[in-house]
Amino acid sequence: MMFIDSHAHMLSRTTDDYEAMAAAGVVAVIEPAFWLGQPRTHVATYIDYLSSIVGFERFRAGQFGIRHYCTIGLNSKEANNEELAEGVMDILPRFAMKDGVVAIGEIGYDDQTELEDKYFRLQIDLAIELDLPVMIHTPHRDKKRGTTLSMDVCEEHGIDPSKVIIDHNNEETVREVLDRGYWAGFSIYPSTKMGTERMVDLLKEYGPERIIVDSACDWGISEPLAVAKTAMLAEQKGVDREAIRLVCYQNALDAYGQSGQMKEEDWLNPPAIDQRTVFEGNSILRGQREPRVEQPKSRLNMDDLIIE
Amino acid sequence: MSSTPSELLLSWLLGRLPDAPKGWFEDQLSKIKDDPTKKAFDMCFAMVPRRLGKDDLALSTDELAAADASRTGWSPRYWSIDVAARIYLLIEISNDNTEPFVERFKQLHRTADVGELLALYNGLPLYTKPEALVGLAADGLRTNIKAEFQAVSHQNPFPSEQFSENPWNNMILKALFIGVMLEPILGIDKRANPELARILRDYAHERWAADRFVSPELWRCIGPFAEGVFLDDFQKVIDHGNDTEKKAVALALMSAPPSEGKNKLCVQLAEFDAALAQNELTWATIADEMLDNSLAVTRKMNFEVELKR
Repeated sequence: MMFIDSHAHMLSRTTDDYEAMAAAGVVAVIEPAFWLGQPRTHVATYIDYLSSIVGFERFRAGQFGIRHYCTIGLNSKEANNEELAEGVMDILPRFAMKDGVVAIGEIGYDDQTELEDKYFRLQIDLAIELDLPVMIHTPHRDKKRGTTLSMDVCEEHGIDPSKVIIDHNNEETVREVLDRGYWAGFSIYPSTKMGTERMVDLLKEYGPERIIVDSACDWGISEPLAVAKTAMLAEQKGVDREAIRLVCYQNALDAYGQSGQMKEEDWLNPPAIDQRTVFEGNSILRGQREPRVEQPKSRLNMDDLIIE
Repeated sequence: MSSTPSELLLSWLLGRLPDAPKGWFEDQLSKIKDDPTKKAFDMCFAMVPRRLGKDDLALSTDELAAADASRTGWSPRYWSIDVAARIYLLIEISNDNTEPFVERFKQLHRTADVGELLALYNGLPLYTKPEALVGLAADGLRTNIKAEFQAVSHQNPFPSEQFSENPWNNMILKALFIGVMLEPILGIDKRANPELARILRDYAHERWAADRFVSPELWRCIGPFAEGVFLDDFQKVIDHGNDTEKKAVALALMSAPPSEGKNKLCVQLAEFDAALAQNELTWATIADEMLDNSLAVTRKMNFEVELKR
């Protein structure tokens, strides 16, 4: 089965992770622009970060046969540094049009401050102007209220809920997100947000429509195989294969494909120029030759499916 | 009189684009003419792949001949539509004297994605005042992105025309180091030099010491200086190398200065004489063999496909 991990901070991950993800069936990842664990203090470092996720990281993923996309945005934490935030807002439009940018994100609230609110709104307007989807990071603290507020603001600005992915849902938020017509992302995390078993229970309860499973793997303790592991556990527990395909692949493609920058043929039959530049998949590098490359052995494994 | 590169690019593009993208592109060009700020240019430059697509330009033999007639050594064989359109735009601003092109190049480079990098570097032989761009081209070779490295080094006459010996030699060494083929580097034989031969010999010995494979293409740059100790290395390859490596040494010996040592080696490689005489054994066929054997194909950095000896 093919998987898309629609939320993965690959910049922080090792090549072992890329190898393991490719071996597990991940064909595409989306890297949302986020903070790096330590706040940036200059807009110039933010520019270099955005350059990395539209440039080198895209190339790096391609070496493992994985297509890499990203979202561009000012995250909620760094929105609280007004000087930095202003600088980032100036350069965002330049990056939002790069190859492989599938959304504005991840944006939203962290502490739900005035500055967070200001830049969240400005970026929703930018997404509307550029006709891009929006990826929303729901806050870890005061989550339920923050999630409701995020959707209220989206509606106030007039963006269509079908173009908005609300991520990091849990049992408390999912009902309202789905009822209001948004995509509902679930980040499968060890020990904190949402484990595979809880996710499978949710799938049984809510069905697959507009639900997206991702790993949100980053520089913290996290699991790059979360999507594949959720899929396997769901299958073991009797969830319908088509439902698994939707939540672990197709829904992400439908949601982010609205950008016009992400298509199934990108990994199944990519344009020649991409094969020569950013994607060394199973296709041809020169002429009609099939490269014969040994499959690297993974140090991560799929044996333990339960992420708690 | 033949057309300029920029005239050729525009006619190829307009001749290939369907009506809607063609109309968009023409519209953008007039907007850029009317806009003294950079905004129209930056917007158009950014939007090109979304609006025009990324198909191969797929030039005919005649069109490739026209390219070479227009600018000697210009080889747009592997260009795509988006790369060609962006380079057309870049040539136009390089002709504009209001702001130094080097500065515009740097600005665009700072926030470039991979497609934009390709256009910036593939266009190097076509911008005005190329000598001012040498430092930027050398910067392009410091990359970790293979496509960016190849945009400067492959099918590009700029390095052999503009690089002094040090950046040229570094380019060749790094190409070998990161597994980029030498064959598509234009002017490689013309720019052979004794210092490069010494560097590559040291590099080969370093690889052998670590029991790693040495690219058969390396011997091409040593050939013209192959005397004395260099011939000892050739003997080593003849004794221990595979078929492709031996062929490469046979080819390299063709350019070696006459010597008794050379003759001794040639005798051992007599099986390739006919192929050499009939031009069936060339550096291009060596490159093909390497690709067939996956020697040049790596899926990730540091992942080495070792040849079975």
